[in-house]
Amino acid sequence: MEGSAGNHEVCPQFLDFVPKEREWLVNRDGQRRHGPSEEKELELRLGPPGNQDWSMRDSARKNPGDKSESLLSLGYFSSMSSMTQNISNGSQTQMFSASKNPVGAVISSSCSSSAYGYRGKTQHNQQQTKVPSFLQLNSPLQGLPVMTQEASQRCCTEAVDIQSAEKKAFSPSSATTAVPNSSQKRTAPGPVVGWPPVRSFRKNLASSSSSKPAPVSQNGVPDKVTSRTPVETCRKGLFVKINMDGLPIGRKVDLKAYDSYEKLSSAVDELFRGLIAAQKDSCPAGIQNKQEEEKALTGLLDSSGEYTLVYEDNEGDRMLVGDVPWHMFISTVKRLRVLKRSELSALSLGSSKQEKVRH
Amino acid sequence: MNYFPDEVLEHVFDFLTSHRDRNAVSLVCSLWYRVERFSRQRVFIGNCYAISPEKLIKRFPGLKSLTLKGKHHFADFNLVPYDWGGYVQPWIEALAKSRIGLEELRLKRMVVSDESLELLSRSFANFKALVLVSCEGFTTDGLAAIAANCRFLRELDLQENEIDDHSGHWLSCFPDSCTSLTSLNFACLKGEINSASLERLVARSPNLRSLRLNRSVPLETLQKILVQAPLLVDLGTGSYVHDPDSETYNKLKTTILTCKSIRNLSGFLEVDPRCLPAIFPICLNLTYLNLSYAAGIHGSELIKLIRRCAKLQRLWILDCIGDKGLEVVASTCNELQELRVFPSDPLGIGHDAVTEYGLVAISIGCPKLHSLLYFCQQMTNAALITVARNCPNFIRFRLCILDPTKPDAVTMQPLDDGFGAIVQSCKFLRRLSLTGLLTDQVFRYIGMYAEQLEMLSVAFAGNSDKGMLYVLNGCKKLRKLEIMDCPFGNGALLSDAGKYETMRSLWMSSCEITLSGCKTLAKMMPRLNVEIINEHDQMEICPEDDGQRVGKLYLYRTLVGPRKDAPEFVWNL
Repeated sequence: MEGSAGNHEVCPQFLDFVPKEREWLVNRDGQRRHGPSEEKELELRLGPPGNQDWSMRDSARKNPGDKSESLLSLGYFSSMSSMTQNISNGSQTQMFSASKNPVGAVISSSCSSSAYGYRGKTQHNQQQTKVPSFLQLNSPLQGLPVMTQEASQRCCTEAVDIQSAEKKAFSPSSATTAVPNSSQKRTAPGPVVGWPPVRSFRKNLASSSSSKPAPVSQNGVPDKVTSRTPVETCRKGLFVKINMDGLPIGRKVDLKAYDSYEKLSSAVDELFRGLIAAQKDSCPAGIQNKQEEEKALTGLLDSSGEYTLVYEDNEGDRMLVGDVPWHMFISTVKRLRVLKRSELSALSLGSSKQEKVRH
Repeated sequence: MNYFPDEVLEHVFDFLTSHRDRNAVSLVCSLWYRVERFSRQRVFIGNCYAISPEKLIKRFPGLKSLTLKGKHHFADFNLVPYDWGGYVQPWIEALAKSRIGLEELRLKRMVVSDESLELLSRSFANFKALVLVSCEGFTTDGLAAIAANCRFLRELDLQENEIDDHSGHWLSCFPDSCTSLTSLNFACLKGEINSASLERLVARSPNLRSLRLNRSVPLETLQKILVQAPLLVDLGTGSYVHDPDSETYNKLKTTILTCKSIRNLSGFLEVDPRCLPAIFPICLNLTYLNLSYAAGIHGSELIKLIRRCAKLQRLWILDCIGDKGLEVVASTCNELQELRVFPSDPLGIGHDAVTEYGLVAISIGCPKLHSLLYFCQQMTNAALITVARNCPNFIRFRLCILDPTKPDAVTMQPLDDGFGAIVQSCKFLRRLSLTGLLTDQVFRYIGMYAEQLEMLSVAFAGNSDKGMLYVLNGCKKLRKLEIMDCPFGNGALLSDAGKYETMRSLWMSSCEITLSGCKTLAKMMPRLNVEIINEHDQMEICPEDDGQRVGKLYLYRTLVGPRKDAPEFVWNL
């Protein structure tokens, strides 16, 4: 391990991480340390650098025209300042006035060098030398909020290409590390058991809160491995009884399978169509009856059809279906009923807002 | 100290609350060992297979409160088969047979059956507190037994368990004479409960300070409960959905104004954001806010809410808050100590996700931050270095980039230096999780700088055995090491076998270790249990083929040898 060509590379290793095709200028102080002073090599200089003065110019990677020498942390601030314009001024000062924080101090001193129209004092960059060397790493800072999104998109889509490219870039230079082949094995895994490291119920949170049906677990976990019971509530249906006037036998519908009143209405129509036909006359539901049935069950939600759809909510009141937003309906509905319109007035219906007549 | 009578020693030891301190004093001399063991009331066992119940009972006859942990942490991510083990039944049986007056039982990742709960409820007259975290194997029938039989029950706390819900009636099993409840948390239950029972229970529990409802409890019930329990300190809402123009909602708004003691707020599994204004008045008092299940609240509404929570110390949130939202957190919540940002869309790439910007903002605005769990889309070395500088007080730093081998998003380099900065700057760091493109170098930094590190979680990192060796050699206080999908092989595994006796456990899955390496290790170290877990759906593992790679290795130190309840697919070498 010691014999390998890696030890002296720690300081220069940082430098070596900079691919040559970039325009970053790097000051090699030429100090190569060996052997027992390895600890010093590994010293990550978070404090003010002794004799190292790394000045790196801005990278041309994303914004070829950007030549600012501002600090990375400055970059964060500048992007944040544009993003936080709407936040009260107090909070902005807060970010700067962290006096114990050298990052903050640097901000105030070198604002002016920023090309981003940053508000700040016009002190010069002299204070930069006090800044920890790492913070002088530059990155394209202009329009950073936008950049991030681009970056993330690019990173995501080009990850594989970039990775193979940068492997070539740093395998010759970082000699301590083994050939990237082994890391290649591990890159960009497909659905891996145990990844990401979140509990199962978190994997379906987003879908369970919306009305969409939950996705099947995609992480390839074999059924034996997961717990016996289905994990997420969203997978369980919301089954409520639905009865229809004149029919002695009711049905059950899974409300979670629908995301709108229209879909529910057509589902109810389908459910009862056959039953109505069977009951209407002795002949089986045939084509000649179809049109009648269709007429019978359309217009459930408006005043047009022969039937109307009502529900009983969690307070025991009978309510007309369709008044409240779908998700609210879902959360309060306990059972459904298809009534003949002529019977509506005969019942006392609760109003959705103020008056509630309790049975 | 030998001149003091035992009672004095005991009195002094009473001031030692941490189990580590008490473990330490018991090692001083046999006198101290004796005094300590008779006076010990609370025992923590980090691995239920490290010791037997009989030995525990023998040593600590005065035991009142027991904490047990079963399965390995990676069981949370479906890496440990359901019937691997971790049964609490033998413990309860042994305790029931003894004369131990158990009052509190806290279990994590254990298999608990209804029989166990029933036995527990009947065996200890003074039983007061049951806390189950990430457990499974029981149903609401078991809860009914606890409710019915534990006459002095104060605390029933169910966190993230898998419970078969047979619905409704267990709450009604609390007898009318039960008025001692201080804490009730059933948020993880999926079924319906009887609202009237719940309301009556709350009405007769004047000491109730913590109540976390499940998603079936409607807003109307919440309002009625709050009327009965205005002194609540910790509230988890049920279904937080209602028509904001309704009378119920207006009543809720008024009621909440009387709840001046609420400091912790969670729940919101179902939420209509239009109802959020009702809680605005109490936001300023909140020190803990958990919105990590509230996928129904979008970024802008989250921000509106958080702007009012200036005193937050702990915040659990979903990444739909976005970097912008985190900036709001940074500017508002300057007292923040713990932040957890969970992925709202773990299997996809979300538009509102967070990046390194959010983290840097937090590090600037929240100097007291010491615990972090951060799921993000990308990270950079520069950001980590900045964070390390701004927040040198990290105790727990867990970073999870959803694409686990992603390099620095700007420079495309490994994230070695960033994490190196973290471990160098944060001298009190006890727990660390790494992701991103990482080489052996990051482990070198960890070995060098992370002197207080006790738990390290690694996935898809490193290039060679050296990585693992750096850690094993360098981190003197390491207790738990968990590794998945890293190229570490037998060389690393066997280099310092004695180290594993100083640790609680080692987990390695999908690495380069082979059966022969594990066998060798098991032979060298008789006081370790070296378990190989073979999945059924993997290729049949031939016990003779030593050269084959081991899918999952879990080894842990133990005083009681190989366990007898291991299923077939677990080999103890």
